[in-house]
Amino acid sequence: MSDFPHTPPKQSWTYSNDVNAEIRRAAATGIYDIRGGGSKRKLPHFDDLLFLGASISRYPLEGYREKCATDVWLGTRYAKKPIHLDIPVTIAGMSFGALSGPAKEALGRGASAAGTSTTTGDGGMTEEERGHSKSLVYQYLPSRYGMNPDDLRRADAIEVVVGQGAKPGGGGMLLGQKISDRVAKMRNLPKGIDQRSACRHPDWTGPDDLEIKIMEIREITDWEKPIYVKIGGARPYYDTALAVKAGADVVVLDGMQGGTAATQDVFIENVGMPILACIPLAVKALQDLGMHRKVQLIVSGGIRTGADVAKAMALGADAVAIGTAALIALGDNDPKWESEYNKLGTTAGAYDDWHEGKDPAGITTQDPELFNRFDPILGGRRLKNYLKVMTLEAQTIARACGKNHLHNLEPEDLCALTIEGAAMAGVPLAGTNWIPGRNGF
Amino acid sequence: MQTFDLEAQGLRALNQALHNLKDANTNETAWEVVNPKGSHAIAVGVDAPIDITVRGSTGYYCAGMNKQATIRVKGSAGPGVAENMMSGTVIIDGDASQYAGATGRGGLLVIKGNASSRCGISMKGIDIVVHGNIGHMSCFMAQSGNILVLGDAGDALGDSLYEAHLFVRGTVKSLGTDCIEKEMRPEHLAIIADLLKRGEAEHLAKPSDFKRYGSARKLYTFNIDNASSY
Repeated sequence: MSDFPHTPPKQSWTYSNDVNAEIRRAAATGIYDIRGGGSKRKLPHFDDLLFLGASISRYPLEGYREKCATDVWLGTRYAKKPIHLDIPVTIAGMSFGALSGPAKEALGRGASAAGTSTTTGDGGMTEEERGHSKSLVYQYLPSRYGMNPDDLRRADAIEVVVGQGAKPGGGGMLLGQKISDRVAKMRNLPKGIDQRSACRHPDWTGPDDLEIKIMEIREITDWEKPIYVKIGGARPYYDTALAVKAGADVVVLDGMQGGTAATQDVFIENVGMPILACIPLAVKALQDLGMHRKVQLIVSGGIRTGADVAKAMALGADAVAIGTAALIALGDNDPKWESEYNKLGTTAGAYDDWHEGKDPAGITTQDPELFNRFDPILGGRRLKNYLKVMTLEAQTIARACGKNHLHNLEPEDLCALTIEGAAMAGVPLAGTNWIPGRNGF
Repeated sequence: MQTFDLEAQGLRALNQALHNLKDANTNETAWEVVNPKGSHAIAVGVDAPIDITVRGSTGYYCAGMNKQATIRVKGSAGPGVAENMMSGTVIIDGDASQYAGATGRGGLLVIKGNASSRCGISMKGIDIVVHGNIGHMSCFMAQSGNILVLGDAGDALGDSLYEAHLFVRGTVKSLGTDCIEKEMRPEHLAIIADLLKRGEAEHLAKPSDFKRYGSARKLYTFNIDNASSY
């Protein structure tokens, strides 16, 4: 070896080890990567925003003494029986099939104890969830697996799913490994085969049809139930406006960080927009129509903390929904299962092959041996605790901004740490009065 | 006979009156709806063993999610007639638009004229009898149940089919992905005979006139070698 200096080995940014590994995997298997969860890229997010807090121009509320309300009404536009929740953090739709029965029960227990709602998902309504959820939102999906008028009537709200953030424009696939006898029966399909969930509804296309479809559902349920329309974060201004035009009581907007049970990685990472970019456009659509706060906006995709809740609400959302974070609260990706994650070729925090049904934590599986590891009572308690903490955190911030209700948070309470965050959120870059894109700059 | 003037009394009043019959043990079992004038969502979500006759043509989703009731349309039906029907019988004297019987889980839908595209899409147990023809993409992703077509079928019949039985008497313009013609066995002839009888079509055809189509089951589990089929 000579003493002559060498250029050290240099990895390519474009062809990184991760990229090369995926090329080799594709070459070896001939199939794209399918996984669960949402986008794993570093995206502009609520972390790019800060609250300004009260000062001389605004006075704060006393943290442990002065009231800061957290409740929210959903479905006040048309429904005879709107939903009243104690906290504005709801549980997003996750199917029985993707999740085990005990996991659905735990979601119901935790959400009810915390005073919020759960949402069914693409597999029909289970007794576990209906029985334990005080407020249950029943999803009306393209697949219509398990759909029936009795469950529509015993739901507390109905969510017409047009899209989701992980895959706007995409359908779903529940792989055969998770199609147990019970899942197969609920979906009217043979056991053990891959089950596709269509990307479009079978009996309507476009906003004019959607208006008639919503009217039909209202007629079937005697105009009692709030009707939500869920959209993926793709064209939030127009999709929100069209949902309102079609008669939605509530718009649910899901950004690309929102999870899925199983979708192509290329789809998750390359289609849709981060929730930060979506919220202001949806709020603008509601404001332009004079419907902000009349049609409620629920946002989801990467909500993790009370700070995220507060930021989403300051941007104009009425409530948020959590999916991935709720699963983590239940015990998903817990390091206590590390040795088992290692056997599956992964590690705690990175496990996302939920579609394979081998979840060591017993949450995203239909294998009785695995799901019996999961205690729904304990899981429910953990979820309740987490929801309470998020609410307390959001209240802490709201009081510091001088607000006696989370809904009183406003964009003026925020600034951004990055130019991207400032442009997307429509709030000034910290230390400046510059909102990129406004006033021609 | 209860006569309901839809134009005068309104849709909400009609559907509420019909919903009120659930578990009511009523003697009001014969209903007539006049002046439908193409209204949407007529007699949706009914759950009672009653007979409803709609005198005229209907808009979208007539008889949607029907349970138990027998609903007869003395005219043609708009898109999504009897969508997600659970049980009972729906009979259309005229033609039906797109998505007839979509996602239906039970009961019998009879269309005495023609049905448009996507008839029986995603059906999950319903029986459908069409006296005339059906349009393109019919029975797309059909999961279970039976469809009997006395006329012809359009393009891409039974695309991505699961376990539904498809019986067609006339020509099939093209079969969809994973849909193939299958052997007609005695049990299938028995299904056809039953459908002809219940579908008020015994005088129009006999079981031996039909061909059977079903799933090749090659797409049931994802296989990269089938990628060109998608």
